[in-house]
Amino acid sequence: MSKVLILAEHNGDAINQSTAKVLAAAKQLNPEAIDVMLFTGDASLAGQIAGHEGVNQVFCVTCGDNHDQLAASIAPTLADKGKGYTHVWGPSTTFGKDVMPRVAALLGVNQVSDIMEIIDANTFKRPIYAGNAIITVKTTAPQIVATVRTASYSADKTSGGSAQIEESALSTAAEHTSFVRLSTGDSDRPDLQTADKVISGGRGVGSEENFEIVYQLADKIGAATGASRAAVDAGYVPNDMQVGQTGKIIAPDLYMCFGISGAIQHLTGIKDAGTIVAINKDGDAPIFEVADVGLVGDLFKIIPEMMEKL
Amino acid sequence: MKILVAIKRVVDYNVRVQVKPDGSGVATDGVKMSINPFDEIAIEEALRIKEQGQADEVVVVTIGSNDSQQQLRTAMAMGADRAILVEADQAVQPLQAAQVLLKVIEAEQPGLVITGKQAIDDDNNQTPQMLATLWNRPQATFASKIEFVGDNQINVTREVDAGLETIQVALPAVVSTDLRLNEPRFVKLPDIMKAKRKPLDVQAMADLLPNATGEAIEVLQHEAPQPRQKGIMVETVDELIDILKDKGLVS
Ligand SMILES: Cc1cc2nc3c(=O)[nH]c(=O)nc-3n(C[C@H](O)[C@H](O)[C@H](O)COP(=O)(O)OP(=O)(O)OC[C@H]3O[C@@H](n4cnc5c(N)ncnc54)[C@H](O)[C@@H]3O)c2cc1C
Ligand SMILES: Nc1ncnc2c1ncn2[C@@H]1O[C@H](COP(=O)(O)O)[C@@H](O)[C@H]1O
Repeated sequence: MSKVLILAEHNGDAINQSTAKVLAAAKQLNPEAIDVMLFTGDASLAGQIAGHEGVNQVFCVTCGDNHDQLAASIAPTLADKGKGYTHVWGPSTTFGKDVMPRVAALLGVNQVSDIMEIIDANTFKRPIYAGNAIITVKTTAPQIVATVRTASYSADKTSGGSAQIEESALSTAAEHTSFVRLSTGDSDRPDLQTADKVISGGRGVGSEENFEIVYQLADKIGAATGASRAAVDAGYVPNDMQVGQTGKIIAPDLYMCFGISGAIQHLTGIKDAGTIVAINKDGDAPIFEVADVGLVGDLFKIIPEMMEKL
Repeated sequence: MKILVAIKRVVDYNVRVQVKPDGSGVATDGVKMSINPFDEIAIEEALRIKEQGQADEVVVVTIGSNDSQQQLRTAMAMGADRAILVEADQAVQPLQAAQVLLKVIEAEQPGLVITGKQAIDDDNNQTPQMLATLWNRPQATFASKIEFVGDNQINVTREVDAGLETIQVALPAVVSTDLRLNEPRFVKLPDIMKAKRKPLDVQAMADLLPNATGEAIEVLQHEAPQPRQKGIMVETVDELIDILKDKGLVS
């Protein structure tokens, strides 16, 4: 029987939804037990996970000086605890991608990255080549260390659980690495990774100033905002808005994009969206091959018209 | 200081990869191969650090088939000083790649190791983190900026989901590159000629690492992704809004 240990993610104030998504995936293993490990400066966060049904125990490891986000500091504690489990899983977010391979290396196993489907406790599907191929992989390693592709799972929303919380202090803080600062583009818009609706823009938007109309439309319908790599590289928008193979992989109910051509690296980030709407002035743009609804036209005419009519 | 850059030969990012009909793999015959784009960024960064006088040698290494010599030559045409090919008969998985790279580190003693954040063939995103762990040194993944601060310390700005995080790490360390770190230079013809004379050392993986540890993950099957259903084209904004309203996506 399987026993799963999950690495929880948080932003200092709240547990990230990615944790509930990994939990949803872990439950599909029908395991004997699911425990969660949380590294935090604020132990009160543990309660947010303990309430999920099916979680047995939360190991809350308290850390000072932002060591809670540093892979080199937390991986040894997670790996050590992980020895008692068959599966040690984290989210396929930048946090999970940073930490989990360290855990795998400490446990002497290769990692299964980006699980998108669980066949059985040892067999999984995952995307390669920017999602152009899906492989079925099997491992009989004593600990299966993996990251879970969050866009493939809906967050576990159960409540009423009463996991035991065990507190301890971090004893593996790295001396060679220290946190300096985090700059986030503060915005009131929904979070790109969990939003139901996303509006995004590409190189076709043309400038940072022009992006204003994309934001206005997003605010009008309560959407998060995203972008293509080209828009980020050109400095129109910050890096955390990049959607795609090497940016964020998202699965909103509605994805509406303006001035994005539809390169394969971008498409892999949106292929789980419910409805894809594309607006592009080039009728031959590859984005129309995947769009559920396409409209050929100039975004600078179409967005104002939508603003007026919505 | 010496900088070691790890590169991988992969199917060029412009190629639309096709799964073979029997599910045994993806078609690579006659397909254009290139340096993994993130690794090109890693080479460029190493060269810039050297040009700024912070390093005196840039060594590139790859683990792969003999054909990978092409990519090592390209790296030397960009400006790397020499190259090491660790020849492997089969593709290596990240834990084994990290073990080989550690052997190379032990021989070369670099002050900084730069890698890509992920190889765009297997999209694993593991090797640099594993290497840093086995080496017992810091890692700074997804770098968009590297700054030298004082002796033996670098500040690395990292592209994370929440925005940009800066961490300070002591050297030696492993840094993995993200897209915004730099724009790699183009190779000029005379440099290609010059690169032919630069040293390229070939070693067999079996000699360098006779006892790799850790089970390989078995690949049972390849399949093409589920295609999305064909959509429709509309002519006007009104039609578009009607559809969105019908689906309950806007009110
Ligand atoms: C290693 C690697 C990783 C990558 N990762 C990612 C990734 O994660 N995400 C990503 O997005 N890309 C990624 N890319 C880049 C990708 O290959 C494309 O270059 C990029 O997605 C193109 O962005 P774009 O569609 O905005 O720009 P373009 O391809 O230049 O397209 C702009 C589009 O705007 C349209 N347009 C112009 N003006 C208007 C107007 N007024 N109204 C309407 N339409 C207009 C044009 O017709 C065109 O189709 C990656 C590339 C590499 C090599
Ligand atoms: N076979 C290899 N030889 C040299 N470097 C590699 C190899 N495989 C991976 N790397 C390095 O590790 C990075 C991440 O690869 P991966 O973990 O496979 O996604 C790559 O961008 C390379 O810099």
